[in-house]
Amino acid sequence: MDILSIVTQLGSGMLVSIEIFVCTLVFSLPLGLVISFARMSKIKPLQWLAKVYISVMRGTPLMLQLMVVYFGPYYLFGVRISTAYRMIAVMIGFAINYAAYFAEIYRGGIESMPVGQYEAAKLLGYSRVQTFFHIIFPQVVKRILPSVTNEVITLVKDTSLAFVLAVAEMFTIAKQMAASQTTMVPFVAAAVFYYVFNLIVAVGMEKLESKLNYYR
Amino acid sequence: MSLLEVKNLKKSFDGLEVLKDISLTVEQGEVLAIIGPSGSGKSTLLRCCTNLETAEAGEIHYDGEFGLVFQNFNLFPHFSVLKNITDAPLRVQKRKKDEVFTEARELLRKMGLSDKADAYPYQLSGGQQQRVSIARALAMNPQVLFFDEPTSALDPELTGEILKVIKDLAAEHMTMVIVTHEMNFAKNVADHIIFMDKGVIAEQGTPEQVFGSENERMREFLGRLSN
Ligand SMILES: Nc1ncnc2c1ncn2[C@@H]1O[C@H](COP(=O)(O)OP(=O)(O)OP(=O)(O)O)[C@@H](O)[C@H]1O
Ligand SMILES: [Mg+2]
Repeated sequence: MDILSIVTQLGSGMLVSIEIFVCTLVFSLPLGLVISFARMSKIKPLQWLAKVYISVMRGTPLMLQLMVVYFGPYYLFGVRISTAYRMIAVMIGFAINYAAYFAEIYRGGIESMPVGQYEAAKLLGYSRVQTFFHIIFPQVVKRILPSVTNEVITLVKDTSLAFVLAVAEMFTIAKQMAASQTTMVPFVAAAVFYYVFNLIVAVGMEKLESKLNYYR
Repeated sequence: MSLLEVKNLKKSFDGLEVLKDISLTVEQGEVLAIIGPSGSGKSTLLRCCTNLETAEAGEIHYDGEFGLVFQNFNLFPHFSVLKNITDAPLRVQKRKKDEVFTEARELLRKMGLSDKADAYPYQLSGGQQQRVSIARALAMNPQVLFFDEPTSALDPELTGEILKVIKDLAAEHMTMVIVTHEMNFAKNVADHIIFMDKGVIAEQGTPEQVFGSENERMREFLGRLSN
């Protein structure tokens, strides 16, 4: 079996991996912000709920969380789970897990903002929503970008965890091919894929960082 | 009618009485300087007047809008100088774009910063940043402008340029309330001076009255400064 046919077969898995990656970011980045608001809320029960959520999400393995999301509906409510639900379960699992990490990153960034920025905005008559989204948040993004980059790079590698639900992403396919062909080549190809994927992500994030370097 | 009227203002922080029954008025076109030792409550008074703190008792009446110039500028670092000045008039006051920009350019010219319109705050000296923050406050067309030690975060050689800007504003009859440690400046520019000590107004009047006062705390304060 030549490299080209291995790559073609791995290709469909690659697309699934990218799909998981993109969907996770699209859902977890806004969700994380909402959770960080809850975490910083003055309403105690809400704050407490967010605290527990973040603690559980960060304190248990993502692999286990994926299985709970997938098998949970059957064991809890006796719902028959279709195979189509697999991919959805993966998206949900990744999104709620990464949202917890992003929530803490947002919180760190928001709490590091000097109070003078809020006071200046208040004196100039900005509403609370305007102050947050126009004055505070753009500066928070710049501050947290390095931490976000770390998470995003971890996410690229974490997409391989979707294999536990037998979703046909890159790693799952590589594993099957390696087993049936008794060769290491698919694993090497997969490694190259993850590495190149991360290289692209790193370059992209660096571009973004330098784009925000117009101020200090 | 007074532009600002403060009556029997009281404020404490966790049991510590910082303002004890403060009353004052500021008339149209008047420059009021507030002086006094560190911890006497000058900033707290200003923060209560500008709604950054809520007083426990007393009343504050305004005739019109007010602005505040901070000790450490608090410019928005991600906005250019021009955007720092124009954003609130456009976004908050919803004024016309060309009118706001014309006014902002005029303010920059007055502050001697015409060439800095597109710079970012980090590219400016402290004195330039403070002038931008004064322009930002003025762009809202406030009736009263408060200053909390506008020069104390600056190197000594940069304080002069800020004091000059405030003097020019006084000459244009801008109503101002200025907390300052610059006694000569207070003497020269203020119409009225309040000397605060331990949360009360210990002495007040014209510069001549206050600086010639026999008040023991006032003498002690001035003596300490001249040493
Ligand atoms: N947010 C706060 N919480 C608790 N105490 C405060 C707070 N703000 C001010 N104080 C206290 O109130 C008193 C008056 O402070 P304030 O800042 O008004 O003094 P000031 O006259 O402006 O002094 P300075 O000349 O040093 O600026 C001080 O004892 C200060 O410690
Ligand atoms: Mg002060």
